[in-house]
Amino acid sequence: MSATTAGPAGTTGTEGEDETRLSRAQSKTVRQRSLRLLGDLMSPHRKGLWVAGILVVVSTIAQVAGPALIATAIDTTLARLRDHDDWAPLLMVGGLYVVAAAVAGLSIAGYVRTSARVSQGILLDLRQRVFRQTQRLSLEFHESYTSGRIISRQTSDLESLRDLLDSGLTSIVSGVLMMLFTGASLFLIDWRTGLVLAASLIPAIALTRWFQTRSQVYYRESRTASARVIVNFVETMTGIRAVQAFRRERANDVTYGGFAEEYRAANARAMGLNGIYSPGLVLIGNITVAVALLVGGLRVFHGDLDVGVLVAVLLYVKRFFGPIQEIGMFYNSFQSASAALEKISGLLVEEPTVVEPARPVPLEHARGHVQLRGVEFAYVQGRPVLPRTDLDVPAGQTVALVGATGAGKSTLAKLLSRFYDVTAGSLELDGVDVRDLSGKDLRRAVVMVTQEAYLFSGSVRDNIAMGKPGASLEEVQAAARAVGAHDFIEQLPLGYDTDVNKRGGRVSAGQRQLLSFARAFLADPAVLILDEATSSLDIPGERLVQRGLQTLLADRTALIIAHRLSTVAIADRVLVMEHGVVVEDGTPAELIGGEGRFAALHAAWRDSLV
Amino acid sequence: MPSRAADHPDGPRPTPAPDDTQPATDDRARAAQGASLSTVASMRRLVPYIRPVLPRILAGVLCALGASLAALAVPRVLQWLVNGPLTTGLATHDESGLWWGVGLVLLLGVAEAGLIAARRALILIPGTNIEARLRTELFTHLQDLPVSFHDRWPGGQLLSRSMSDLGLLRRWIAFGMLTLVVSSVTIVVGIGILVATGGVLGLIYLAGAIPMTVMAFTFSRRFRAVSRKSQDQAGDLATAVEESVHGIRVLKAFGRGRDALQSFGRQADELRGTELDKAKIMSGLQAWLTAIPELTLGVSLVVGVWMVSEGRITVGALVAFFATAAVVNSPVIDLGMVLSMTLNARTAVDRYFDVMTTPNTLPDPAAPAEVTDPHGELAFTGVHFRYGDAPTEGPGSADVLDGVDLVLPPGKTVALVGLTGSGKSTLAMLVPRLYEVTGGSVTVDGVDVRDMTREHLRSLVGVAFEDATLFSASVRDNVLLGAPDDARTDADLERALDVAQAGFAHELPEGVETTIGEEGMSLSGGQRQRIALARAIAARPRVLVLDDPLSALDVDTEAAIQARLATELEEITTLIVAHRPSTVALADLVAVLQDGRITAVGPHSELLATNEHYRYVISSLEGEFTPPPPDDVEVARQVARGEARAVVDEALDSGDATPAGRNGATAIGAWQASEGSER
Ligand SMILES: Nc1ncnc2c1ncn2[C@@H]1O[C@H](COP(=O)(O)OP(=O)(O)OP(=O)(O)O)[C@@H](O)[C@H]1O
Ligand SMILES: Nc1ncnc2c1ncn2[C@@H]1O[C@H](COP(=O)(O)OP(=O)(O)OP(=O)(O)O)[C@@H](O)[C@H]1O
Ligand SMILES: [Mg+2]
Ligand SMILES: [Mg+2]
Repeated sequence: MSATTAGPAGTTGTEGEDETRLSRAQSKTVRQRSLRLLGDLMSPHRKGLWVAGILVVVSTIAQVAGPALIATAIDTTLARLRDHDDWAPLLMVGGLYVVAAAVAGLSIAGYVRTSARVSQGILLDLRQRVFRQTQRLSLEFHESYTSGRIISRQTSDLESLRDLLDSGLTSIVSGVLMMLFTGASLFLIDWRTGLVLAASLIPAIALTRWFQTRSQVYYRESRTASARVIVNFVETMTGIRAVQAFRRERANDVTYGGFAEEYRAANARAMGLNGIYSPGLVLIGNITVAVALLVGGLRVFHGDLDVGVLVAVLLYVKRFFGPIQEIGMFYNSFQSASAALEKISGLLVEEPTVVEPARPVPLEHARGHVQLRGVEFAYVQGRPVLPRTDLDVPAGQTVALVGATGAGKSTLAKLLSRFYDVTAGSLELDGVDVRDLSGKDLRRAVVMVTQEAYLFSGSVRDNIAMGKPGASLEEVQAAARAVGAHDFIEQLPLGYDTDVNKRGGRVSAGQRQLLSFARAFLADPAVLILDEATSSLDIPGERLVQRGLQTLLADRTALIIAHRLSTVAIADRVLVMEHGVVVEDGTPAELIGGEGRFAALHAAWRDSLV
Repeated sequence: MPSRAADHPDGPRPTPAPDDTQPATDDRARAAQGASLSTVASMRRLVPYIRPVLPRILAGVLCALGASLAALAVPRVLQWLVNGPLTTGLATHDESGLWWGVGLVLLLGVAEAGLIAARRALILIPGTNIEARLRTELFTHLQDLPVSFHDRWPGGQLLSRSMSDLGLLRRWIAFGMLTLVVSSVTIVVGIGILVATGGVLGLIYLAGAIPMTVMAFTFSRRFRAVSRKSQDQAGDLATAVEESVHGIRVLKAFGRGRDALQSFGRQADELRGTELDKAKIMSGLQAWLTAIPELTLGVSLVVGVWMVSEGRITVGALVAFFATAAVVNSPVIDLGMVLSMTLNARTAVDRYFDVMTTPNTLPDPAAPAEVTDPHGELAFTGVHFRYGDAPTEGPGSADVLDGVDLVLPPGKTVALVGLTGSGKSTLAMLVPRLYEVTGGSVTVDGVDVRDMTREHLRSLVGVAFEDATLFSASVRDNVLLGAPDDARTDADLERALDVAQAGFAHELPEGVETTIGEEGMSLSGGQRQRIALARAIAARPRVLVLDDPLSALDVDTEAAIQARLATELEEITTLIVAHRPSTVALADLVAVLQDGRITAVGPHSELLATNEHYRYVISSLEGEFTPPPPDDVEVARQVARGEARAVVDEALDSGDATPAGRNGATAIGAWQASEGSER
């Protein structure tokens, strides 16, 4: 797996992402990466954050105004009313109180909405970034990363960030401001108590450092454990048929139970840590009050301090520690979200092995001339699947690719569709290296029906229309007719609007293949690759498809991979592949007439027919 | 990407025709039922889970109250200190009062912190335990639910229930529940004191509670609806993510990543919209919860000052009133947060129990029978089957299986042949009871599959599905997935791999210990299929169901497997779904499935001679070649471009009007013929 950002080993991209105890340097890199991402996500919302912050302050002021108004009312308006029967000042204060209430209510409402807009905006942005990245990354990456982890990045990790955003980012800012303000006032009134306060920061910082390093590890563990739970869950539910048919339920319960327990324990550890940190902060605050009281009290006794000042000072100290618990909570969410962002940012910096060219060569109308020059390919280094292959397929030719299972046929097809990049040599379309083509041009020119016919949940129509977004119902139906799928689609409860369920489970295997086929039919590419596209079809259905193909392929390049040699009938040329090497190459008639591998294969196949 | 269930916010899956017997409707009805419960009734379903930890939770509540008291006591001590020992002590130079005071403040401070720590410790463990227990029980239940349930429920919906919903619940148990209790107690007691001591002023404050209660109720109703919608949408979003990864090959092959992103973006934006709606509702409540108490205080102030001026109450009483009101106000403001948290948790509980209360439609019998000495006779008697969502009338309303009668004698291999979509796989899946017959019966050695435990039945029956369904584990683990405990040795593995011609596994980078990627995707198609076949064999079944097990294999490998299977299957009753004559060759007998019935059973050659439908399905040699009309080529191209639909309809319809017509037009036949003449 390749990754480009330089960093201490084990911290680049998603590599080693399950590692929770990182070295200091590693930890620093991933943490910085995650903070960078957070900053990056927040920067477009600077205005919203400001507005939210201001609204919070306004609402706090309006709420704080209450006691002040009460004091005025009792101190001044009471006398006016009693002595002069003058209602005006009282009503005025009462009116102000009502105004303050309204302002407090409105500003808090505004704050709730604004901060929701900000946090939802950030989440939407991040969701899309992760999704885009997922689509951008190469198959090679997905094969080892697994869908479950991506899902856990998109769900559980994102929720951690959401918790942070919802925990009131801006109210924390105002809390901190309040602390600073109170602290400064305290210094102005009585710098000695100010020093006591400052001294209390030392254990507070030490405690926070301790919490930071510990919780970092625990939250990482929690993220990793949550991903494990999700991966296991997704895989079990995806393969539920096999799970049930092979009676894996109990064994799975044990495995999953283990993962769930791991996750629980990781959460409990992290929460337990917070259960020390947060009361710890409270304790420090309370002790500081006691110490301030003691120091101040003694000074009062020595005549250095007025009792009145002492009261004020103590009030300030208490108020200073007022928001501390909230800030502790916030820091806790922050640690949790950072751990999640470490994973997400790791995924986001991952670079695809198949990269878009910086300056693509335009190819508006491909003709479909395919050339392989000295192509070599290996999935795993040192284990070549295709050792050095040269091949020239002129535009418009229909090529059948046959050979034993595991020979490398699909691999060749996937190289052509640029699912992977060749290890050596070059693969050209109309004389342009596919690595120099933009994804858009390449996908328009080359379309492959993959060996596994995957349908998305959604209607039949939407599934076929994937071949050509925006296709009209007529076009979709015409494609379905052309491959002989129209009849069965009409039989479905809602016809073309029938939901095929997840993975197309609503239709039979052969029907799934027909739908995938119709999809490709609609795409109308210059080069069409069919990888075992008819393997699950019945023979009459296959015939119908053959016929559709024969006309469809008349003037386009096609690579047809099939074990059923019936396909060969419509090919202009046959390639026989063995262990990644093309061992025979010729027209069907030539090869059948010869004595080679294909002749034998063909004879065996014909014998099997009835 | 095709649009998903997000378009149907009222249920996990759209139901084509509302029909009470349909399972999907059942789900919805149940969901509606969950939603119609009151919040208390809904949450009561958690009681069995909470009961064992109730003492801890109560202790936690006490700690929380204690901590609040400790915090409230500190100002009192300070007040006492300033008024008493400090002022008097100053005169007498008696510092002991100060020391006492400091000691008391310290004690209270430590007590507060200690009680907070204790509260957390007390609630923490139950919170995570309940979550973990609910989570594993959900998993167990889901594994138990039949395949038809999983057909209907999108993966993301299940996952979001297991992860986000239970996470919400945990947080509610750890924080929300406690705050709810503490706040409610504070508010009720506070208002009680206000009314008792404040007289008219107290009543004014109480009057404020009326609109707030009304507000809270309307809020709850609206918020609940939106909260449900948002959590459902989050589930759909998870489904979209899952599909976009599982279907990544298709998305890449068609270059549809951008469209997928757009569709995902729309969906995510919908979720954002719902969340913003939620915030809007929330903001309204917050505004009132903040403003109303303040407003009543404003009114109380005017009235109170007037009353003081009239001499009805003292200034001290007025001050005391406001001081108490200030204490009540802050939990009132918090109430908004707590209420929304509770409602979210309630939605989570509803969603959770939607699934948990889905009954298993394929339960084990109360008094299970057992096949003690299995011979492996498999019989279908008058089997009817229809899928849950089949319409009751119109096209596609006939039962998929409409009275299947078939007996597989012990040790025999029977091939099941029929057209695409004729119901072969459906019939095959009835044997391990992955689906349940809707009429008739399936028996193994005379015992109805419904009378056995699923565990027992599935120990007798092995399956190879038409798509491999492998797991991202090692080859060994995949192959031995269903192997009985006494057949998990290397030799067993070897034998299974050997029969399935899957020796390639040894050449993988780490041999049989190689992890084969998600769903086996780092293997070739044929390799996956062979591993799946080996897995079925390694399970050592008496009855083997093979659904088109050789479709992805080349002729040579197929022949090799057949040779091995022929001896291997001698003892095992095998139902093999076949599309090709080469696969049929494995079988002793062939059964033809047509229009939901077995219309013919017999040896291959006999059927070939006598059964027209069988010939139509299996034979490629018949019929002569009709060259496509010259304009067909052009037409097909137009089809691809989406033009000239009418022309095509005509062309194809005329060709396809009868099966014979379809039969006639075979390119391969022509090729065979022409080739024959060349030789
Ligand atoms: N993603 C992958 N990672 C690692 N190895 C792979 C991957 N895909 C295929 N291989 C290996 O490469 C070889 C060629 O596989 P390929 O899929 O090209 O075979 P194939 O000719 O299409 O076979 P089949 O007819 O069975 O589909 C096989 O040995 C296979 O195990
Ligand atoms: N889960 C489902 N819900 C509703 N209908 C289904 C479901 N699965 C299959 N069907 C329908 O039932 C019919 C029989 O499907 P089945 O998969 O049994 O066919 P098959 O004979 O195995 O076909 P193939 O040869 O293509 O595998 C098909 O018309 C299909 O559309
Ligand atoms: Mg292949
Ligand atoms: Mg089938």
